[in-house]
Amino acid sequence: MKGTTSAAARGLCSCHVCRLVSRKSRFSEPAHCPRCGATLHFRKPGSLQRCWALVIASYILYIPANTLVMMETGSLLTYRRDTIVSGVAHLWKTGSWLIAVIVFIASVAIPLLKLFSLTLLLFSVQRRSASRPRQRTRLYRMVELVGRWSMLDIYVVTLLAALVQLGSMATVKAGPAAVAFGSVVVLTMFATMEFDPRLIWDPLQKEEFHD
Amino acid sequence: MVDRPAQLIACHDCDLLQRDIPLNPGCTASCRRCGAVLYRNATDSVDRTLAYTLAAGMLFLGANLFPVFSIQVQGDRSAITLFGAVLSLWEQGMKSISLLVFITAIFVPALELLSLTYLLLPIRLGLVPPGYSRFMRTLQFIEPWGMVEVLMLGMLVSLVKLTNNFKVIPGMALWSFGVLTLLLAAAAASFSARDVWERLDPRSRGETKP
Repeated sequence: MKGTTSAAARGLCSCHVCRLVSRKSRFSEPAHCPRCGATLHFRKPGSLQRCWALVIASYILYIPANTLVMMETGSLLTYRRDTIVSGVAHLWKTGSWLIAVIVFIASVAIPLLKLFSLTLLLFSVQRRSASRPRQRTRLYRMVELVGRWSMLDIYVVTLLAALVQLGSMATVKAGPAAVAFGSVVVLTMFATMEFDPRLIWDPLQKEEFHD
Repeated sequence: MVDRPAQLIACHDCDLLQRDIPLNPGCTASCRRCGAVLYRNATDSVDRTLAYTLAAGMLFLGANLFPVFSIQVQGDRSAITLFGAVLSLWEQGMKSISLLVFITAIFVPALELLSLTYLLLPIRLGLVPPGYSRFMRTLQFIEPWGMVEVLMLGMLVSLVKLTNNFKVIPGMALWSFGVLTLLLAAAAASFSARDVWERLDPRSRGETKP
């Protein structure tokens, strides 16, 4: 099958920094890229283990991120303590539909979608599944693309908490959920970076390359 | 561009080995198997990216020196700059969040703009920037962490939330961030890491690597 060989199957390794393809023996000591000097790896080292660890940690942190208070709002007349979901619900009820939808997508839909997608990808790679590699690669690219937008709520809380400090008139404070949620965003971004999409395609070659 | 025989490239998403062919200007090569974008023939990549980067640098200063917006309640006025917001959050005890915002909204974009200028300005003048591979690596590593466009949306959401209760006056920084978002997107779209590597490759320059 000349048309569909992976570089690794030919003993060729693409540099993860400058993408130059060079020859690397599969058993020799660490080799370096002749162009940029980076250490060559056929696949991201420890990809699955690291990605699993980060994903599991994110699942655990996702619980306090949603149960604890994200933002406290106080004024002369009202006092509210909002979690992420109740904050979205409040926006919806007060008529800011567009903002409610944007915040819902960024803070609820994207983190969940990311965690589930990464779990699915990890399972399928570990089972050496050969089905629908193209769709799974596309899923990975989507996770990579949308992940950053979850930071939205963190920025909103930061700006509001810093600006609305008018003593008894009105105050906004960031709650402990902000820390947990921020960690979920950062950890899932690292998990996405650690995952190597080439592992999706390796079962098609019926050979194993780790390292 | 250096003329050399077609070389092999491997898809970064599926590792399919393919032959690198010359493209017409503005065209894109995609992976035959998984559809990933392999490379583009970006027209005037260096010139355009440098222009966008320098413009973005100026707006970045404006975006950080002026207040984002201010609110007014019974004559009481409160305004913040982005860095002021980071500082205020730090003082309120949310140090990790404050640090996260500082890194993603101020530090990484600044580092990105500086690295791009450091790399592209000498290339434009026909020189080789010393230690360029380290800068290229840094750029690649920090790229996902620059989130100016997300911050921009965050500012708009905050603005709408605030208008429910306060009289809000948009500041200079809000407009600067709006334009900065566009310029950073333009710079990212015109930058071609592949071109930089090929231009600076010591082997194609006919020198030996130090």
